Amino acid sequence: MATTSANPTTRPGRFGAYGGRYVPETLMAALSELEAAYDAARLDPDFQAELDDLLHNFAGRPTPLYFAKRLTQELGGAKIYLKREDLLHTGAHKINNALGQGLLARRMGKKRIIAETGAGQHGVATATVCALLGLECIVYMGEEDIRRQELNVLRMRLLGAEVRPVTSGSKTLKDAVNEALRDWVTNVRDTYYILGSALGPHPYPTMVRDFHRIIGIETRQQILATEGRLPTAIVACVGGGSNAIGIFHPFLQDTAVRLIGVEAGGRGLTLGDHAARFSGGTPGVLQGTYSYVLQDEDGQVSLTHSVSAGLDYATVGPEHAALHDCGRAEYVSADDIHVLEAVVRLARAEGILPALESAHAVAECLRIAPTMAAHDILVVNISGRGDKDMGILARELNIQGAESR
Amino acid sequence: MAIRFQQHPGLVVYLTAGDTGLHPRSHSHAPAAAHSPVDLSTTRDIALAAIDAGADVIELGVPFSDPLADGPVIQRASERAILRGTRLIDVLALARELRIARPQAGLVIFSYLNPILRFGLTRFADAAAEAGVDGVLLTDMIVEEADEYLAEMHRVHLAPIFLAAPTSPEDRLRAIGENSQGFVYAISRTGITGKQQQVAADAAALVERIRRWTQLPVALGFGISNAHHVAEVGRFADAAVIGSAIVELIEKSSEDEAPGVVARFIQGLRQSNLAQTR
Repeated sequence: MATTSANPTTRPGRFGAYGGRYVPETLMAALSELEAAYDAARLDPDFQAELDDLLHNFAGRPTPLYFAKRLTQELGGAKIYLKREDLLHTGAHKINNALGQGLLARRMGKKRIIAETGAGQHGVATATVCALLGLECIVYMGEEDIRRQELNVLRMRLLGAEVRPVTSGSKTLKDAVNEALRDWVTNVRDTYYILGSALGPHPYPTMVRDFHRIIGIETRQQILATEGRLPTAIVACVGGGSNAIGIFHPFLQDTAVRLIGVEAGGRGLTLGDHAARFSGGTPGVLQGTYSYVLQDEDGQVSLTHSVSAGLDYATVGPEHAALHDCGRAEYVSADDIHVLEAVVRLARAEGILPALESAHAVAECLRIAPTMAAHDILVVNISGRGDKDMGILARELNIQGAESR
Repeated sequence: MAIRFQQHPGLVVYLTAGDTGLHPRSHSHAPAAAHSPVDLSTTRDIALAAIDAGADVIELGVPFSDPLADGPVIQRASERAILRGTRLIDVLALARELRIARPQAGLVIFSYLNPILRFGLTRFADAAAEAGVDGVLLTDMIVEEADEYLAEMHRVHLAPIFLAAPTSPEDRLRAIGENSQGFVYAISRTGITGKQQQVAADAAALVERIRRWTQLPVALGFGISNAHHVAEVGRFADAAVIGSAIVELIEKSSEDEAPGVVARFIQGLRQSNLAQTR
């Protein structure tokens, strides 16, 4: 990037040219403290043992790698396996990271937890972990997202969290992150910020990735046990990119395995109508990290649109930016219409209702599986379940409820 | 020009460039066509009035869509300025006008990093130096990430100004002192920009800690909004930064009256007898 030293790889938190720390000075001491605490926890067998126990007994790991037989037959191409992160407690992969960071916060002696949320899955996961560990929990959520993901708002409140509506900007995930960062700058001495994706300043992109690597580690073991070989391709949706980096990362050295990230194509290719950072964005700095950003020619961050609140975001995790540039991962997009079709297709073929976010990965699977050979293996990360989206789905798909019998 | 504080304490005034408040003249809403220069004459007139009323340094704020270090007042001003079409290139043109009109005043470009990156760091450095700007302050640039930024500032002899926070440990304050020029901007309290009742109790301690590492003047900002605050800042710091208090005045004033309102406010900050005591 324009402002890095000649040798970025020697600097902490860099993924190629991307990543870094671009934050108000007030946060630097807290980020250093967090980095040191995480480095210590990572190597502490007791910390890992407690996390593993909670992942197993509380969250429900390992999640199945399920062979989608009917969908495979219908599409007539690659063998399709679904990584069932939707079966985790709270309904999405987000609990992996919330548990890890919640334990870290407790270890650091922080009693006040803040978080941002888009679709509400990270907010619910954080509220859940705070209830489990007895921590105060404040979740920032854009007004627009509160409206479209109301069920998750109710869940967070029932769990004892305070949900603070964010009214600035587009009233979605980006604005919730801004407001969480403003809270953190103000209350930095006693507050832990559980950031919900592989985003933001170092050490978050690395730490959040590490907490989600379990997805890829299990997938690798499971596919080797079932098929005796690695998959041909892995598909995952990419908002900030935490579920994708979690499943991709253990396969980075397996260069024969295609890694495909799916961004939100929204309503179309015009700036403001989508959240496809790799087709419409350019490198820039937003919310503490250098990555691809949807922005205008003056460096003002663009509005985004997606039917899924969780992918409706103007920048992307910096490790994905590096994987994009070096070509190790491919990034495509799926538009709202194909995503809605994918929800219905998966629900009716397999009895699995994916979250709108995860349905982006399903849409790409529907597109490419028929073009692949019968001996190819395609793994799709079903990062979350779609119960939270029933309001949107009923409206978009014109599904009738009790009122209109 | 070097940045100099002529009186004690010095006054640094932040303005969100391109904001004309909630009561603009009807014709000043938006540029006539996309990419035609936006009319920054009101910001110019406010800046000139502020300098003539006693401001030593003007910080010209480049509006940004995601001002995460700012409170609601500057957030709103930034939104209005962006809506009017204010661009970095317009802010640099305004700086040039101010430099010609007031050769002795300190001029600082105050921005988030992204608009500068998008413009091009080298192009920005050249254009800012050519416009007669003295220094640059980037809210989300920390010393560890600043190698190339510093090289560009040094190349064109612009002063990089870093912020120091109450939470900054000694090694960071040392790096901030060593890498800053012009002055060091001390943040009075943890938090975002905005007015508050009192100058934070730990502000004096921060300024004292900064002085261990640098001979540069130290300006204290965040929450400084009246003559009492300025007088108190004068007891331990070299200058006070006034931001949200003035941006809020501009927000509430009619566009025509804003320069006069701001000038009277700044004169009021200076009139306090307390301000002379040290």
